[in-house]
Amino acid sequence: MDKKTRKILVDPLHVNNPVTLQVLGICSALAVTTKLETAIVMSAALTFVLVGSNMAISALRNKIPGSVRIIVELAVIASLVIVADQVLKAYVYDISKQLSVFVGLIITNCIVMGRAEAYAMANPVGKSALDGLGNAAGYSAILILVALFRELFGSGKILGMTIMETTNNGGWYQANGLLVLSPGAFFLIGLIIWVQRWISPSIQEED
Amino acid sequence: MDFSNKYIVSFSLAVCLACSLVVSAFAVGLKDRQEVNKKLDLQTNILVVAGLIEAGDKPTAAEVAVIFEDIEISLYGRESGERVGDAPPGYDVNALMADAKTAGKGASTASMPGVEDRARVGNLPNQLLVFRVRTAGKQCWVLPVWGNGLWSTLKGFLCLEEDLKRVRGITFYEHGETPGLGGEVDNDRWKAQWHGKGIYDPAGELRLEVTKAGKALDPEYQVDGISGATITSVAVSQFVRLWLSEAGYGPFLRTNGGA
Repeated sequence: MDKKTRKILVDPLHVNNPVTLQVLGICSALAVTTKLETAIVMSAALTFVLVGSNMAISALRNKIPGSVRIIVELAVIASLVIVADQVLKAYVYDISKQLSVFVGLIITNCIVMGRAEAYAMANPVGKSALDGLGNAAGYSAILILVALFRELFGSGKILGMTIMETTNNGGWYQANGLLVLSPGAFFLIGLIIWVQRWISPSIQEED
Repeated sequence: MDFSNKYIVSFSLAVCLACSLVVSAFAVGLKDRQEVNKKLDLQTNILVVAGLIEAGDKPTAAEVAVIFEDIEISLYGRESGERVGDAPPGYDVNALMADAKTAGKGASTASMPGVEDRARVGNLPNQLLVFRVRTAGKQCWVLPVWGNGLWSTLKGFLCLEEDLKRVRGITFYEHGETPGLGGEVDNDRWKAQWHGKGIYDPAGELRLEVTKAGKALDPEYQVDGISGATITSVAVSQFVRLWLSEAGYGPFLRTNGGA
């Protein structure tokens, strides 16, 4: 893999992460990360939608009239989201119930729209697919990281398996209630942003 | 690049057509599987609200069928409160809701004198669906209820103790209330409050209600509302009361020992 392709795939993981650097997709990053399971399924759904929409938009990029391009992008994204939602309802009904409106809200996730508008409209299909994959991975990495901490310290579990018995269930671990609530996710994302900027000072803005 | 108006319109149409084809294909193709999941979820909810399984348990369809052998599913006349007979095979809550809207099988609350339908339930079926749990030691009654909250129709089950005087539990299997606010009607701790609440006082007055958050002063009959979700809480209160009133299950409760 040459350097440029690698850059498309790897950049969104760290130095250009859609969640922690561009601060997009925060809504769902707060809402579905109380448990690891929902975060993983949400990440999978977003990966499918992002790669699919980037490829479809990119394939059509020379045919889409500029005056209606946002609407065409939205129509493609919305269709993919509905497909993802239908598949989740058919195969993982429980989780799809927990994700409730948030799968539908992928339509308004700025990452999807942003990549379609900023990248897929101007690049060939293969590159757009990689770009979608990279950005979805960046989003997923943050979601899964946040969910891991929230589930472990918020309810003493990982993937529903008890790691630390909480005091509510007669154990020793006093669960951190803040992490179960949305502000907990904000703190975690803030901490991740700080760590990233500390590792790579190049992503810090100049004062 | 310049495109003619004709091109733009036909391109948009083509995109819409392609998108709708894909969406419809998936929706139709996966419908059967989704229906099976929905039915299992509905039955699991009945078992959870009746305390036959723990919340969070995921029984298979076969296990659920075994437990359901102890559950008698009947129809009761809404006005008479008398048992009409077994529910026809396959008759479920969805069929009940459809019947409520069918002329001759349901009645509009607007046509009922003295009924205040604030939660806009709209139509009540003439024959009510009742699940009677006969499992030893866990006998109870499960009644379907529904009504409109802030955004959506909440559909759920109310479980009453065998004597029909107290609530055993409540659950909502489908709703679209705001997650984190109205959506907290799903919260196990909130639902646990319903356990043991009285329905009618000795004078025959319907007393069960959800109050404003922090205003539940009478633990015998009042359930504390959800803070930040006043409209949803009030709506749940109103439609549960409508269902338990004379217009809903009231006559059934009276004939079968409650109130």
